[in-house]
Amino acid sequence: MKLTRRVLPGLILLIMLIAPSDLLAQDAPPAIDSGATAWMLTSAALVLLMIPGLAMFYGGLVRTKNVLGTMMHSFAAMGIMTVLWVVCGYAMAFGPNILGGWFGWNSDYFLLSGIDETIMPAGIPEYVFSMFQAKFAIITPALIAGAFAERVSFKSYCIFIALWGLLIYNPLCHWVWASDGFLFNLGAKGAIDFAGGTVVHISAGVSGLVAAIYLGARKSFPHLPMRPNNLVMTMIGAGLLWVGWFGFNAGSSIASGLSTAQALTATQVAAAAGALAWIIIEGFHRGKATALGFASGVLSGLVAITPAAGVVQPGGAMALGILATIICYLAIQLKEKLHYDDTLDAFGIHGVGGIVGAIFLTFFIRDSWMNEAAAAAGSWSVIQQLGVQALAVGIAIAYAGLGTLLILFILNKIVPLRSSAEAEMQGLDNHYHGERGYGMTNPN
Amino acid sequence: MKLIIAIIRENQLDQVREALIDAGITRITVSHVSGHGRAKREETEEIYRGQVVIPNLVPNIRLEIAVNDNFVDPTCNAILSATRANEGGLVGSGKIFIMPLEQVIRVRTGEKGPDAI
Repeated sequence: MKLTRRVLPGLILLIMLIAPSDLLAQDAPPAIDSGATAWMLTSAALVLLMIPGLAMFYGGLVRTKNVLGTMMHSFAAMGIMTVLWVVCGYAMAFGPNILGGWFGWNSDYFLLSGIDETIMPAGIPEYVFSMFQAKFAIITPALIAGAFAERVSFKSYCIFIALWGLLIYNPLCHWVWASDGFLFNLGAKGAIDFAGGTVVHISAGVSGLVAAIYLGARKSFPHLPMRPNNLVMTMIGAGLLWVGWFGFNAGSSIASGLSTAQALTATQVAAAAGALAWIIIEGFHRGKATALGFASGVLSGLVAITPAAGVVQPGGAMALGILATIICYLAIQLKEKLHYDDTLDAFGIHGVGGIVGAIFLTFFIRDSWMNEAAAAAGSWSVIQQLGVQALAVGIAIAYAGLGTLLILFILNKIVPLRSSAEAEMQGLDNHYHGERGYGMTNPN
Repeated sequence: MKLIIAIIRENQLDQVREALIDAGITRITVSHVSGHGRAKREETEEIYRGQVVIPNLVPNIRLEIAVNDNFVDPTCNAILSATRANEGGLVGSGKIFIMPLEQVIRVRTGEKGPDAI
Protein backbone atom coordinates (compact mmCIF):
# COMPACT_ATOMS: atom_id res chain seq x y z
CA MET A 1 0.00 0.00 0.00
CA LYS A 2 3.04 2.28 -0.13
CA LEU A 3 1.88 4.12 -3.18
CA THR A 4 -1.62 4.77 -1.90
CA ARG A 5 0.03 7.46 0.19
CA ARG A 6 0.53 9.27 -3.10
CA VAL A 7 -2.54 7.96 -4.82
CA LEU A 8 -5.29 8.61 -2.33
CA PRO A 9 -4.88 12.27 -1.46
CA GLY A 10 -4.98 13.00 -5.19
CA LEU A 11 -7.98 10.79 -5.61
CA ILE A 12 -9.92 12.38 -2.80
CA LEU A 13 -9.03 15.84 -4.02
CA LEU A 14 -10.24 14.85 -7.46
CA ILE A 15 -13.54 13.61 -6.09
CA MET A 16 -14.04 16.70 -3.99
CA LEU A 17 -13.45 18.82 -7.06
CA ILE A 18 -15.81 16.98 -9.32
CA ALA A 19 -18.52 16.02 -6.88
CA PRO A 20 -20.37 19.35 -6.56
CA SER A 21 -20.47 20.08 -10.27
CA ASP A 22 -21.11 16.46 -11.13
CA LEU A 23 -18.65 16.72 -13.96
CA LEU A 24 -16.38 13.82 -14.53
CA ALA A 25 -12.87 15.06 -14.92
CA GLN A 26 -13.06 15.53 -18.63
CA ASP A 27 -10.50 18.29 -18.77
CA ALA A 28 -7.35 16.35 -18.03
CA PRO A 29 -8.02 12.80 -16.93
CA PRO A 30 -4.86 10.99 -15.81
CA ALA A 31 -3.65 8.75 -18.60
CA ILE A 32 -4.21 5.04 -18.14
CA ASP A 33 -0.97 3.23 -17.44
CA SER A 34 -1.74 0.04 -19.28
CA GLY A 35 1.16 -1.83 -17.67
CA ALA A 36 0.03 -1.04 -14.13
CA THR A 37 -3.60 -1.67 -15.04
CA ALA A 38 -2.78 -5.05 -16.55
CA TRP A 39 -0.88 -6.12 -13.46
CA MET A 40 -3.57 -4.86 -11.10
CA LEU A 41 -6.25 -6.72 -13.07
CA THR A 42 -4.11 -9.84 -12.80
CA SER A 43 -3.59 -9.24 -9.08
CA ALA A 44 -7.31 -8.83 -8.48
CA ALA A 45 -7.84 -12.20 -10.18
CA LEU A 46 -4.98 -13.80 -8.22
CA VAL A 47 -6.34 -12.63 -4.88
CA LEU A 48 -9.76 -13.98 -5.81
CA LEU A 49 -8.08 -17.32 -6.58
CA MET A 50 -6.95 -17.43 -2.95
CA ILE A 51 -10.53 -17.81 -1.77
CA PRO A 52 -11.32 -21.09 -3.55
CA GLY A 53 -7.77 -21.96 -2.49
CA LEU A 54 -8.72 -21.29 1.12
CA ALA A 55 -11.94 -23.27 0.65
CA MET A 56 -9.88 -26.26 -0.48
CA PHE A 57 -7.26 -25.77 2.21
CA TYR A 58 -9.84 -25.61 5.00
CA GLY A 59 -12.21 -28.08 3.32
CA GLY A 60 -9.61 -30.81 3.23
CA LEU A 61 -8.78 -30.39 6.91
CA VAL A 62 -12.20 -31.04 8.42
CA ARG A 63 -14.03 -34.35 8.78
CA THR A 64 -15.84 -35.83 5.77
CA LYS A 65 -19.27 -34.80 6.99
CA ASN A 66 -18.29 -31.12 7.15
CA VAL A 67 -16.34 -30.67 3.93
CA LEU A 68 -18.99 -28.79 1.98
CA GLY A 69 -20.12 -26.71 4.94
CA THR A 70 -16.55 -25.59 5.49
CA MET A 71 -15.94 -24.81 1.83
CA MET A 72 -19.20 -22.87 1.79
CA HIS A 73 -17.81 -20.59 4.50
CA SER A 74 -15.30 -19.30 1.97
CA PHE A 75 -17.69 -19.26 -0.97
CA ALA A 76 -20.44 -17.53 1.03
CA ALA A 77 -17.92 -14.83 1.92
CA MET A 78 -17.35 -14.22 -1.80
CA GLY A 79 -21.05 -13.52 -2.21
CA ILE A 80 -21.75 -11.57 0.97
CA MET A 81 -18.62 -9.46 1.15
CA THR A 82 -18.63 -8.53 -2.55
CA VAL A 83 -22.18 -7.22 -2.36
CA LEU A 84 -21.48 -5.32 0.87
CA TRP A 85 -18.26 -3.91 -0.54
CA VAL A 86 -20.01 -2.46 -3.56
CA VAL A 87 -22.92 -1.12 -1.51
CA CYS A 88 -20.97 0.54 1.28
CA GLY A 89 -17.69 -1.22 2.11
CA TYR A 90 -15.56 0.74 -0.34
CA ALA A 91 -17.05 4.01 0.87
CA MET A 92 -16.42 3.08 4.51
CA ALA A 93 -12.86 1.95 3.89
CA PHE A 94 -11.64 4.54 1.42
CA GLY A 95 -13.91 7.55 1.85
CA PRO A 96 -12.74 10.57 3.86
CA ASN A 97 -12.92 10.38 7.69
CA ILE A 98 -16.28 10.67 9.38
CA LEU A 99 -17.32 10.07 13.02
CA GLY A 100 -13.93 11.23 14.23
CA GLY A 101 -12.11 8.87 11.88
CA TRP A 102 -13.86 5.66 13.01
CA PHE A 103 -14.36 4.90 9.35
CA GLY A 104 -14.69 6.82 6.13
CA TRP A 105 -17.64 7.73 3.98
CA ASN A 106 -18.09 9.06 0.50
CA SER A 107 -21.58 8.91 -0.95
CA ASP A 108 -20.10 8.83 -4.47
CA TYR A 109 -18.85 5.35 -3.69
CA PHE A 110 -22.35 4.03 -2.99
CA LEU A 111 -22.79 1.20 -5.50
CA LEU A 112 -19.50 2.52 -6.91
CA SER A 113 -21.58 4.91 -8.99
CA GLY A 114 -19.15 7.81 -8.70
CA ILE A 115 -16.11 5.97 -10.04
CA ASP A 116 -17.56 4.83 -13.34
CA GLU A 117 -15.00 6.75 -15.37
CA THR A 118 -12.40 7.56 -12.74
CA ILE A 119 -8.78 6.96 -13.56
CA MET A 120 -6.63 7.06 -10.44
CA PRO A 121 -3.37 9.07 -10.34
CA ALA A 122 -1.53 5.74 -10.35
CA GLY A 123 -2.84 5.31 -13.89
CA ILE A 124 -5.36 2.56 -13.18
CA PRO A 125 -9.16 2.74 -13.36
CA GLU A 126 -10.57 3.08 -9.87
CA TYR A 127 -12.79 0.07 -10.53
CA VAL A 128 -9.66 -2.06 -10.58
CA PHE A 129 -8.44 -0.70 -7.25
CA SER A 130 -11.88 -1.13 -5.72
CA MET A 131 -12.23 -4.73 -6.93
CA PHE A 132 -8.67 -5.54 -5.84
CA GLN A 133 -9.48 -4.26 -2.35
CA ALA A 134 -12.82 -6.12 -2.38
CA LYS A 135 -10.94 -9.43 -2.51
CA PHE A 136 -9.18 -8.53 0.75
CA ALA A 137 -12.53 -7.82 2.36
CA ILE A 138 -13.69 -11.29 1.21
CA ILE A 139 -10.75 -13.34 2.37
CA THR A 140 -10.49 -11.82 5.85
CA PRO A 141 -13.81 -13.09 7.26
CA ALA A 142 -13.32 -16.34 5.34
CA LEU A 143 -10.09 -16.85 7.33
CA ILE A 144 -11.99 -16.51 10.62
CA ALA A 145 -14.20 -19.45 9.64
CA GLY A 146 -11.25 -21.78 10.24
CA ALA A 147 -11.36 -21.06 13.96
CA PHE A 148 -14.94 -22.24 14.54
CA ALA A 149 -15.25 -24.72 11.68
CA GLU A 150 -17.38 -27.82 12.18
CA ARG A 151 -19.73 -26.27 14.74
CA VAL A 152 -21.18 -22.99 13.51
CA SER A 153 -24.66 -22.57 12.12
CA PHE A 154 -24.59 -21.48 8.48
CA LYS A 155 -27.19 -18.76 8.86
CA SER A 156 -25.55 -17.11 11.84
CA TYR A 157 -22.14 -17.41 10.15
CA CYS A 158 -23.49 -15.40 7.22
CA ILE A 159 -24.90 -12.69 9.50
CA PHE A 160 -21.71 -12.70 11.56
CA ILE A 161 -19.37 -12.08 8.65
CA ALA A 162 -21.61 -9.34 7.28
CA LEU A 163 -21.54 -7.51 10.63
CA TRP A 164 -17.86 -8.25 11.12
CA GLY A 165 -17.03 -6.86 7.69
CA LEU A 166 -18.96 -3.67 8.34
CA LEU A 167 -17.90 -3.03 11.92
CA ILE A 168 -14.40 -4.50 12.17
CA TYR A 169 -12.84 -4.88 8.73
CA ASN A 170 -13.92 -1.62 7.12
CA PRO A 171 -12.79 0.62 10.00
CA LEU A 172 -9.45 -1.23 10.33
CA CYS A 173 -8.89 -1.04 6.59
CA HIS A 174 -9.66 2.68 6.75
CA TRP A 175 -7.27 3.32 9.64
CA VAL A 176 -4.37 1.48 8.05
CA TRP A 177 -4.71 2.17 4.33
CA ALA A 178 -6.81 5.28 3.72
CA SER A 179 -4.70 8.41 3.38
CA ASP A 180 -6.41 10.02 6.37
CA GLY A 181 -6.49 6.86 8.51
CA PHE A 182 -4.81 7.44 11.85
CA LEU A 183 -2.54 4.38 11.71
CA PHE A 184 -1.51 5.38 8.17
CA ASN A 185 -0.20 8.62 9.63
CA LEU A 186 1.35 7.27 12.81
CA GLY A 187 5.04 8.09 13.38
CA ALA A 188 7.35 9.33 10.67
CA LYS A 189 6.07 7.38 7.71
CA GLY A 190 3.09 5.48 9.08
CA ALA A 191 2.62 2.06 10.63
CA ILE A 192 3.96 -0.39 8.07
CA ASP A 193 1.30 -2.77 6.81
CA PHE A 194 2.11 -3.36 3.19
CA ALA A 195 -0.55 -5.89 2.27
CA GLY A 196 -2.59 -6.61 5.35
CA GLY A 197 -0.68 -8.08 8.28
CA THR A 198 -2.79 -6.15 10.78
CA VAL A 199 -5.88 -5.52 8.69
CA VAL A 200 -6.27 -9.06 7.37
CA HIS A 201 -4.27 -11.59 9.35
CA ILE A 202 -4.11 -10.20 12.89
CA SER A 203 -7.73 -9.09 12.80
CA ALA A 204 -8.94 -12.43 11.40
CA GLY A 205 -6.73 -14.48 13.71
CA VAL A 206 -7.67 -12.65 16.89
CA SER A 207 -11.36 -12.58 15.98
CA GLY A 208 -11.16 -16.29 15.23
CA LEU A 209 -9.63 -17.00 18.62
CA VAL A 210 -12.34 -14.99 20.38
CA ALA A 211 -15.07 -16.73 18.37
CA ALA A 212 -13.61 -20.21 18.94
CA ILE A 213 -13.55 -19.68 22.70
CA TYR A 214 -16.97 -18.02 22.71
CA LEU A 215 -18.62 -20.87 20.80
CA GLY A 216 -16.85 -23.53 22.81
CA ALA A 217 -15.09 -26.66 21.64
CA ARG A 218 -16.57 -29.19 19.23
CA LYS A 219 -18.36 -32.13 20.74
CA SER A 220 -15.82 -34.85 21.52
CA PHE A 221 -12.89 -32.43 21.37
CA PRO A 222 -10.19 -33.31 22.24
CA HIS A 223 -10.77 -36.89 23.40
CA LEU A 224 -11.77 -38.32 20.00
CA PRO A 225 -9.32 -37.88 17.15
CA MET A 226 -10.71 -35.76 14.31
CA ARG A 227 -8.71 -36.35 11.21
CA PRO A 228 -8.55 -34.35 7.98
CA ASN A 229 -10.77 -35.87 5.30
CA ASN A 230 -8.61 -35.05 2.30
CA LEU A 231 -5.08 -33.71 2.63
CA VAL A 232 -4.64 -33.85 -1.15
CA MET A 233 -7.24 -31.12 -1.46
CA THR A 234 -5.54 -29.20 1.35
CA MET A 235 -2.23 -29.34 -0.51
CA ILE A 236 -3.85 -28.07 -3.72
CA GLY A 237 -5.47 -25.30 -1.69
CA ALA A 238 -2.14 -24.35 -0.11
CA GLY A 239 -0.63 -24.22 -3.59
CA LEU A 240 -3.39 -21.92 -4.84
CA LEU A 241 -2.91 -19.70 -1.80
CA TRP A 242 0.82 -19.41 -2.48
CA VAL A 243 0.22 -18.48 -6.12
CA GLY A 244 -2.59 -16.10 -5.21
CA TRP A 245 -0.38 -14.41 -2.63
CA PHE A 246 1.66 -12.83 -5.43
CA GLY A 247 -1.43 -10.82 -6.27
CA PHE A 248 -2.04 -10.15 -2.58
CA ASN A 249 1.44 -8.80 -1.87
CA ALA A 250 2.91 -7.70 -5.19
CA GLY A 251 -0.46 -6.22 -6.19
CA SER A 252 -0.48 -4.14 -3.03
CA SER A 253 2.16 -1.89 -4.58
CA ILE A 254 -0.70 -0.55 -6.78
CA ALA A 255 1.86 -0.28 -9.54
CA SER A 256 3.81 -2.39 -11.93
CA GLY A 257 7.41 -1.56 -11.28
CA LEU A 258 10.26 -1.78 -8.84
CA SER A 259 8.19 -1.96 -5.66
CA THR A 260 6.12 -4.75 -7.25
CA ALA A 261 9.24 -6.76 -7.94
CA GLN A 262 10.56 -6.19 -4.41
CA ALA A 263 7.32 -7.38 -2.87
CA LEU A 264 7.09 -10.41 -5.16
CA THR A 265 10.62 -11.53 -4.33
CA ALA A 266 10.17 -11.12 -0.60
CA THR A 267 6.93 -13.13 -0.79
CA GLN A 268 8.50 -16.09 -2.55
CA VAL A 269 11.52 -16.17 -0.24
CA ALA A 270 9.50 -15.99 2.97
CA ALA A 271 7.10 -18.73 1.90
CA ALA A 272 9.89 -21.09 0.94
CA ALA A 273 11.93 -20.39 4.08
CA GLY A 274 8.89 -20.80 6.29
CA ALA A 275 7.98 -24.14 4.70
CA LEU A 276 11.51 -25.52 5.02
CA ALA A 277 11.77 -24.35 8.61
CA TRP A 278 8.51 -26.12 9.48
CA ILE A 279 9.49 -29.52 8.14
CA ILE A 280 12.94 -29.24 9.73
CA ILE A 281 11.45 -28.40 13.16
CA GLU A 282 8.90 -31.15 12.74
CA GLY A 283 11.58 -33.58 11.67
CA PHE A 284 13.49 -32.98 14.89
CA HIS A 285 10.40 -32.85 17.09
CA ARG A 286 8.31 -35.74 15.73
CA GLY A 287 10.71 -37.52 13.43
CA LYS A 288 8.68 -36.96 10.25
CA ALA A 289 8.24 -34.17 7.75
CA THR A 290 4.52 -33.97 7.06
CA ALA A 291 2.73 -32.57 4.02
CA LEU A 292 0.40 -30.54 6.22
CA GLY A 293 3.47 -29.22 8.04
CA PHE A 294 4.97 -28.01 4.77
CA ALA A 295 1.70 -26.32 3.85
CA SER A 296 1.47 -24.72 7.30
CA GLY A 297 5.02 -23.43 6.97
CA VAL A 298 4.19 -21.92 3.58
CA LEU A 299 1.25 -20.13 5.15
CA SER A 300 3.09 -18.85 8.21
CA GLY A 301 5.89 -17.52 6.00
CA LEU A 302 3.39 -15.85 3.68
CA VAL A 303 1.39 -14.37 6.56
CA ALA A 304 4.52 -12.94 8.18
CA ILE A 305 5.78 -11.35 4.97
CA THR A 306 2.40 -9.78 4.19
CA PRO A 307 2.91 -6.61 6.25
CA ALA A 308 6.60 -6.52 5.40
CA ALA A 309 6.79 -7.26 1.67
CA GLY A 310 7.26 -3.61 0.73
CA VAL A 311 10.08 -2.80 3.12
CA VAL A 312 12.32 -5.85 3.56
CA GLN A 313 14.98 -7.34 1.32
CA PRO A 314 15.24 -11.08 0.59
CA GLY A 315 17.50 -11.71 3.61
CA GLY A 316 14.96 -10.10 5.90
CA ALA A 317 12.15 -12.02 4.20
CA MET A 318 13.95 -15.29 4.83
CA ALA A 319 14.47 -14.41 8.48
CA LEU A 320 10.84 -13.39 8.91
CA GLY A 321 9.60 -16.59 7.28
CA ILE A 322 11.74 -18.77 9.55
CA LEU A 323 10.90 -16.78 12.68
CA ALA A 324 7.17 -16.87 11.95
CA THR A 325 7.28 -20.62 11.44
CA ILE A 326 9.11 -21.22 14.71
CA ILE A 327 6.66 -19.09 16.69
CA CYS A 328 3.56 -20.46 14.91
CA TYR A 329 4.78 -24.01 15.57
CA LEU A 330 5.18 -23.20 19.27
CA ALA A 331 1.78 -21.50 19.35
CA ILE A 332 0.10 -24.62 17.97
CA GLN A 333 1.91 -26.78 20.53
CA LEU A 334 0.62 -24.41 23.20
CA LYS A 335 -2.93 -24.80 21.87
CA GLU A 336 -2.69 -28.51 22.59
CA LYS A 337 -1.90 -27.63 26.20
CA LEU A 338 -4.52 -24.92 26.65
CA HIS A 339 -7.33 -26.97 25.06
CA TYR A 340 -9.13 -24.20 23.23
CA ASP A 341 -10.63 -25.45 20.00
CA ASP A 342 -9.27 -23.26 17.20
CA THR A 343 -10.25 -25.94 14.68
CA LEU A 344 -7.99 -25.05 11.75
CA ASP A 345 -5.54 -22.75 13.56
CA ALA A 346 -6.81 -19.46 12.23
CA PHE A 347 -5.19 -17.81 15.26
CA GLY A 348 -2.18 -20.14 15.43
CA ILE A 349 -1.11 -19.33 11.87
CA HIS A 350 -2.76 -16.06 10.84
CA GLY A 351 -2.94 -14.28 14.19
CA VAL A 352 0.48 -15.32 15.44
CA GLY A 353 2.19 -15.11 12.03
CA GLY A 354 0.70 -11.67 11.43
CA ILE A 355 1.89 -10.39 14.80
CA VAL A 356 5.39 -11.79 14.25
CA GLY A 357 5.59 -10.21 10.80
CA ALA A 358 4.26 -6.80 11.82
CA ILE A 359 6.57 -6.53 14.86
CA PHE A 360 9.80 -8.10 13.62
CA LEU A 361 9.76 -6.51 10.18
CA THR A 362 11.06 -3.43 12.00
CA PHE A 363 14.53 -4.97 12.24
CA PHE A 364 14.80 -5.72 8.53
CA ILE A 365 13.57 -2.48 6.94
CA ARG A 366 15.69 -1.46 3.93
CA ASP A 367 17.85 1.61 4.42
CA SER A 368 16.13 3.73 1.77
CA TRP A 369 12.83 3.51 3.68
CA MET A 370 14.47 4.51 6.96
CA ASN A 371 16.21 7.41 5.19
CA GLU A 372 12.89 8.64 3.82
CA ALA A 373 11.32 8.35 7.26
CA ALA A 374 14.24 10.21 8.80
CA ALA A 375 13.92 12.92 6.17
CA ALA A 376 10.21 13.25 6.91
CA ALA A 377 10.57 13.41 10.70
CA GLY A 378 14.04 14.89 11.17
CA SER A 379 15.38 11.67 12.65
CA TRP A 380 13.88 8.22 12.94
CA SER A 381 15.20 5.10 14.63
CA VAL A 382 14.35 1.44 14.51
CA ILE A 383 13.14 1.59 18.10
CA GLN A 384 10.75 4.43 17.29
CA GLN A 385 9.34 2.45 14.36
CA LEU A 386 9.08 -0.62 16.63
CA GLY A 387 6.91 1.46 18.94
CA VAL A 388 4.69 2.45 16.02
CA GLN A 389 4.38 -1.16 14.87
CA ALA A 390 3.62 -2.43 18.37
CA LEU A 391 0.98 0.25 18.81
CA ALA A 392 -0.67 -0.63 15.48
CA VAL A 393 -0.63 -4.33 16.37
CA GLY A 394 -2.02 -3.64 19.83
CA ILE A 395 -4.82 -1.51 18.41
CA ALA A 396 -5.70 -4.17 15.82
CA ILE A 397 -5.75 -6.92 18.49
CA ALA A 398 -7.84 -4.88 20.90
CA TYR A 399 -10.30 -3.58 18.33
CA ALA A 400 -10.79 -6.91 16.53
CA GLY A 401 -10.97 -8.90 19.77
CA LEU A 402 -13.38 -6.66 21.66
CA GLY A 403 -15.45 -5.84 18.58
CA THR A 404 -15.85 -9.51 17.71
CA LEU A 405 -16.84 -10.34 21.27
CA LEU A 406 -19.52 -7.64 21.17
CA ILE A 407 -20.88 -8.82 17.81
CA LEU A 408 -20.96 -12.44 18.99
CA PHE A 409 -22.65 -11.52 22.26
CA ILE A 410 -25.43 -9.53 20.60
CA LEU A 411 -25.87 -11.86 17.61
CA ASN A 412 -26.04 -14.92 19.83
CA LYS A 413 -29.10 -13.44 21.56
CA ILE A 414 -30.93 -13.22 18.23
CA VAL A 415 -29.62 -16.15 16.19
CA PRO A 416 -27.78 -18.91 18.07
CA LEU A 417 -24.31 -19.18 16.59
CA ARG A 418 -23.56 -22.69 17.65
CA SER A 419 -24.99 -25.62 15.68
CA SER A 420 -27.31 -27.93 17.53
CA ALA A 421 -25.70 -31.10 18.88
CA GLU A 422 -27.70 -33.02 16.30
CA ALA A 423 -26.44 -30.90 13.40
CA GLU A 424 -22.90 -31.26 14.62
CA MET A 425 -23.12 -35.04 14.73
CA GLN A 426 -24.97 -35.32 11.47
CA GLY A 427 -22.46 -33.04 9.81
CA LEU A 428 -22.88 -29.52 8.49
CA ASP A 429 -23.09 -30.71 4.86
CA ASN A 430 -26.27 -32.64 5.20
CA HIS A 431 -27.84 -30.55 7.94
CA TYR A 432 -27.40 -27.08 6.48
CA HIS A 433 -26.92 -27.77 2.81
CA GLY A 434 -28.75 -31.03 2.15
CA GLU A 435 -25.80 -32.46 0.25
CA ARG A 436 -22.81 -34.72 0.64
CA GLY A 437 -19.27 -33.89 -0.38
CA TYR A 438 -18.22 -37.31 -1.53
CA GLY A 439 -21.33 -39.01 -2.91
CA MET A 440 -19.30 -41.06 -5.35
CA THR A 441 -17.83 -43.20 -2.61
CA ASN A 442 -21.26 -44.70 -1.99
CA PRO A 443 -22.58 -47.23 -4.49
CA ASN A 444 -25.71 -45.17 -5.01
CA MET B 1 -17.87 -65.95 21.46
CA LYS B 2 -20.21 -63.83 19.37
CA LEU B 3 -19.80 -61.52 16.42
CA ILE B 4 -21.97 -58.44 16.75
CA ILE B 5 -22.71 -56.56 13.57
CA ALA B 6 -24.57 -53.29 14.03
CA ILE B 7 -25.91 -51.04 11.29
CA ILE B 8 -26.41 -47.50 12.59
CA ARG B 9 -26.95 -44.00 11.27
CA GLU B 10 -23.86 -42.15 10.11
CA ASN B 11 -24.48 -39.27 12.49
CA GLN B 12 -24.57 -41.56 15.52
CA LEU B 13 -21.13 -43.05 15.09
CA ASP B 14 -19.45 -40.64 17.50
CA GLN B 15 -21.85 -41.20 20.36
CA VAL B 16 -21.98 -44.97 19.86
CA ARG B 17 -18.21 -45.11 19.86
CA GLU B 18 -18.08 -43.07 23.07
CA ALA B 19 -20.67 -45.30 24.73
CA LEU B 20 -18.75 -48.43 23.70
CA ILE B 21 -15.51 -47.02 25.06
CA ASP B 22 -17.30 -46.23 28.33
CA ALA B 23 -18.49 -49.84 28.45
CA GLY B 24 -14.89 -51.03 28.02
CA ILE B 25 -15.21 -52.10 24.39
CA THR B 26 -12.50 -50.55 22.27
CA ARG B 27 -11.70 -53.19 19.63
CA ILE B 28 -13.99 -52.48 16.76
CA THR B 29 -14.13 -52.40 12.95
CA VAL B 30 -16.10 -49.61 11.27
CA SER B 31 -17.07 -49.37 7.63
CA HIS B 32 -19.18 -47.12 5.43
CA VAL B 33 -21.97 -49.05 3.80
CA SER B 34 -25.07 -48.28 1.76
CA GLY B 35 -28.37 -49.94 2.29
CA HIS B 36 -32.11 -49.73 2.52
CA GLY B 37 -34.17 -50.30 5.62
CA ARG B 38 -37.49 -48.97 6.80
CA ALA B 39 -36.47 -45.31 6.94
CA LYS B 40 -39.05 -42.86 5.59
CA ARG B 41 -38.24 -41.12 2.33
CA GLU B 42 -38.22 -37.59 3.74
CA GLU B 43 -35.55 -38.38 6.26
CA THR B 44 -32.98 -39.25 3.65
CA GLU B 45 -33.62 -36.56 1.08
CA GLU B 46 -30.78 -34.54 -0.39
CA ILE B 47 -30.96 -31.45 -2.55
CA TYR B 48 -28.96 -30.82 -5.72
CA ARG B 49 -29.56 -27.57 -7.65
CA GLY B 50 -33.01 -27.27 -6.15
CA GLN B 51 -34.03 -30.79 -7.06
CA VAL B 52 -34.85 -33.12 -4.20
CA VAL B 53 -33.06 -36.43 -4.56
CA ILE B 54 -34.15 -39.45 -2.54
CA PRO B 55 -31.34 -41.98 -2.65
CA ASN B 56 -32.73 -45.49 -2.86
CA LEU B 57 -29.68 -46.70 -0.99
CA VAL B 58 -28.70 -44.54 1.94
CA PRO B 59 -25.28 -44.35 3.57
CA ASN B 60 -24.97 -46.07 6.93
CA ILE B 61 -22.26 -47.18 9.30
CA ARG B 62 -21.54 -50.85 9.96
CA LEU B 63 -19.80 -51.86 13.17
CA GLU B 64 -18.25 -55.27 13.66
CA ILE B 65 -17.37 -56.24 17.20
CA ALA B 66 -16.17 -59.68 18.27
CA VAL B 67 -16.90 -60.29 21.96
CA ASN B 68 -16.87 -62.99 24.59
CA ASP B 69 -20.32 -64.10 25.66
CA ASN B 70 -20.43 -62.02 28.84
CA PHE B 71 -19.78 -58.85 26.80
CA VAL B 72 -22.74 -59.31 24.44
CA ASP B 73 -25.25 -57.53 26.63
CA PRO B 74 -23.04 -54.57 27.61
CA THR B 75 -22.16 -54.05 23.95
CA CYS B 76 -25.74 -54.13 22.75
CA ASN B 77 -26.92 -51.93 25.62
CA ALA B 78 -24.24 -49.35 24.86
CA ILE B 79 -25.29 -49.21 21.20
CA LEU B 80 -28.98 -49.05 22.05
CA SER B 81 -28.71 -46.37 24.70
CA ALA B 82 -26.40 -44.23 22.57
CA THR B 83 -28.63 -44.39 19.50
CA ARG B 84 -31.85 -43.77 21.46
CA ALA B 85 -30.33 -40.67 22.99
CA ASN B 86 -30.45 -38.97 19.60
CA GLU B 87 -33.49 -39.35 17.34
CA GLY B 88 -33.67 -43.04 18.23
CA GLY B 89 -37.43 -42.82 17.95
CA LEU B 90 -37.33 -42.39 14.19
CA VAL B 91 -37.86 -45.33 11.89
CA GLY B 92 -34.61 -46.48 10.32
CA SER B 93 -32.23 -46.20 13.24
CA GLY B 94 -30.56 -49.46 12.33
CA LYS B 95 -30.25 -53.06 13.47
CA ILE B 96 -27.98 -55.23 15.56
CA PHE B 97 -27.16 -58.74 14.37
CA ILE B 98 -25.60 -61.23 16.79
CA MET B 99 -24.11 -64.44 15.48
CA PRO B 100 -22.03 -67.25 16.87
CA LEU B 101 -18.33 -66.95 16.30
CA GLU B 102 -16.55 -70.21 15.66
CA GLN B 103 -12.94 -69.23 16.10
CA VAL B 104 -10.72 -66.18 16.66
CA ILE B 105 -6.99 -66.20 15.95
CA ARG B 106 -4.67 -63.34 16.82
CA VAL B 107 -2.41 -62.88 13.81
CA ARG B 108 0.72 -61.80 15.66
CA THR B 109 0.89 -64.61 18.22
CA GLY B 110 -1.33 -67.32 16.81
CA GLU B 111 -3.41 -67.35 20.05
CA LYS B 112 -6.83 -68.89 19.57
CA GLY B 113 -10.23 -68.67 21.22
CA PRO B 114 -11.63 -66.23 23.83
CA ASP B 115 -8.15 -65.01 24.83
CA ALA B 116 -7.52 -63.73 21.34
CA ILE B 117 -10.53 -61.42 21.30
